[in-house]
Amino acid sequence: MILPLLEVRGLKTVFHDLAGAWPAVDGVDLIVHPGEIVGLVGESGSGKSVTGFSLVQLIDAPGEIVSGDVLFKGEDLRRAPEERLRALRGDRIAMIFQDPLMTLNPVLTIGEQMGEAILEHRPCGRQEAMAEASRALSRVGISSPEARLKQYPHEFSGGMRQRVAIATALLNKPDLIIADEPTTALDVTIQSQILFEVQKLSRETGTAVLWITHDLAVVAELADRVAVMYAGRIVETGTVDDVLDRPRHPYTLGLLGSSATTVAPGERLKQINGAAPSIDARPSGCPFRPRCERTLPVCAETDPLPQVTCTGQSYRCHNPVPEGHAL
Amino acid sequence: MTAYILQRLIQSILVLLAVSVVVFLAVYGIGDPIELLVPPQVSAAERTAMIQRLGLDLPVWQQYLSFLGNALKGDLGHSFVHGVPAVDLILARLPATFELVLLAMGLAAVIGIPLGLLAGLNPESRPSRAIMAGTILGFSLPSFWKGMMLILLFSVFLGWLPTAGRGETVSVFGIPTSLLTLDGLKHLALPALNLAIPNMALMIRLVAAGTTEAISQDYVKYARAKGVRRKRIVGRHVLRNILIPVVTVAGMEFGSLVAFSTITETVFAWPGMGKLLIDSVYQLDRPVVVAYVMLATLLFVAVNFLVDILYAALDPRVKLTGEMA
Repeated sequence: MILPLLEVRGLKTVFHDLAGAWPAVDGVDLIVHPGEIVGLVGESGSGKSVTGFSLVQLIDAPGEIVSGDVLFKGEDLRRAPEERLRALRGDRIAMIFQDPLMTLNPVLTIGEQMGEAILEHRPCGRQEAMAEASRALSRVGISSPEARLKQYPHEFSGGMRQRVAIATALLNKPDLIIADEPTTALDVTIQSQILFEVQKLSRETGTAVLWITHDLAVVAELADRVAVMYAGRIVETGTVDDVLDRPRHPYTLGLLGSSATTVAPGERLKQINGAAPSIDARPSGCPFRPRCERTLPVCAETDPLPQVTCTGQSYRCHNPVPEGHAL
Repeated sequence: MTAYILQRLIQSILVLLAVSVVVFLAVYGIGDPIELLVPPQVSAAERTAMIQRLGLDLPVWQQYLSFLGNALKGDLGHSFVHGVPAVDLILARLPATFELVLLAMGLAAVIGIPLGLLAGLNPESRPSRAIMAGTILGFSLPSFWKGMMLILLFSVFLGWLPTAGRGETVSVFGIPTSLLTLDGLKHLALPALNLAIPNMALMIRLVAAGTTEAISQDYVKYARAKGVRRKRIVGRHVLRNILIPVVTVAGMEFGSLVAFSTITETVFAWPGMGKLLIDSVYQLDRPVVVAYVMLATLLFVAVNFLVDILYAALDPRVKLTGEMA
């Protein structure tokens, strides 16, 4: 068995306020292998973005990572000094953010913002950095890249800016890219182009991708494996084929049922009753219990532990959906 | 760009016209300069002749029109007191004021911007709180009192610096400056510091507020995720974004200091333009006061125009066009 690129165990990130510490990420276990694309799926507020930032230790007060291990190629990032983390960020682990309109600095040229991602990690000339940035831009399908490098973010469309962010992430040939809903702000045609490109680039460069999204259709198209997040924890994980075709957790089943691709034309979309519990009102036992159609008395008492099937699919449920359940 | 400049030019002329009317009427209202100008022992005939020579017998609107006519020819009148052209009198005092203000604004920027960054980056820390409390003091202490306290401390008690006046000057391209001699700098230090303190406070507040806002922006987090060092994030990403308001305010302050550093110049007996203005008001030297205000207006118009151009250089999203907002 190959050594995992990223191994997360029991990660817990809390946000402090006057009333106490609220866990946004509550014991997440996650594995990403080299070169693999993993989808991290969940509703708004499930903790998926906080998980992404916790991996690279970019959690600012009032947030705090309180327990767990984040092993990147065997190195414990939680105990790594700040300068070591800085050296890893953008070099071995790159990030792509959700909103391309907000993440580029409006008063600096694209060239400077791409160039610094290179120059802060390896000593090379400015010209060489610009040449690399230019190559990266043409790789993500931006024409006349050299002229584009001299332009400012406001001269790019939303889709173009996200391509810039992807090109920037690829500059140092990272081992892992953490992409936090990078296509959410884009329209569907641009989205599918970008998905295609990311998949291609991941194959070409051997870069693993953790793709954070709320969109199961994106995961189905893009990912090798998927982890479904609910109320700060991973409730089901496995290969895309296993989880999306044979979900065992009622929440995954609910998500699939509410997506337009699984419903015949004209039929009403199903929805999961209720809303995700807010961080200060999580129920005892299984956090999904109040919205679940398969609750048992035991669900209120104990939080289910992960169960692993022979294919490696894992779920946290006392009363899982039976195998072979028709969607 | 050309349309923009043309539009600004027309606006400027209108502003100058409006100011000329207001200031002319105001100066007319202060009092009759004859009482001060004419010695009591002169005869009635001589007195009338003097009034006629200065044009003070005419009604105010005729006086204004003749002033305007001369002004269009570039003549802003002769000083009643000194008998020389008012503009020459003012311009002769300009270098002294200019070097004072230059040093004061330089001090304000060099000290204010780093302190503002420091306070904005860790707003909760003890030094930051001390800095911010200091700015309130810097704003609120009146200039004349602060000036006298500086003299008391550095000249009287410590004896390090002279109390008043301009020191030794050297001529550079025909302009006398005291920035290049030790004695000149010693004389400059206190008045420059006095002028700099409120501006320093202003810069600190502006930069601190801007920094606190900028540091929580997504582009800063993104830069951190790219592994950019903190020094570069602050020095490039943050500073570049907060320079825009700083340049605006610095420009406006520069203009108002050159024109109206009267209090500081009076306290330190600095032979600059502000001192001239005060003296002229006391002596009811109308042409000098009017010419002074006109020149000050011109300066403000010019500085604002420069600031707009600097904007376009600092913020790539700003384009200078002739369209009205």
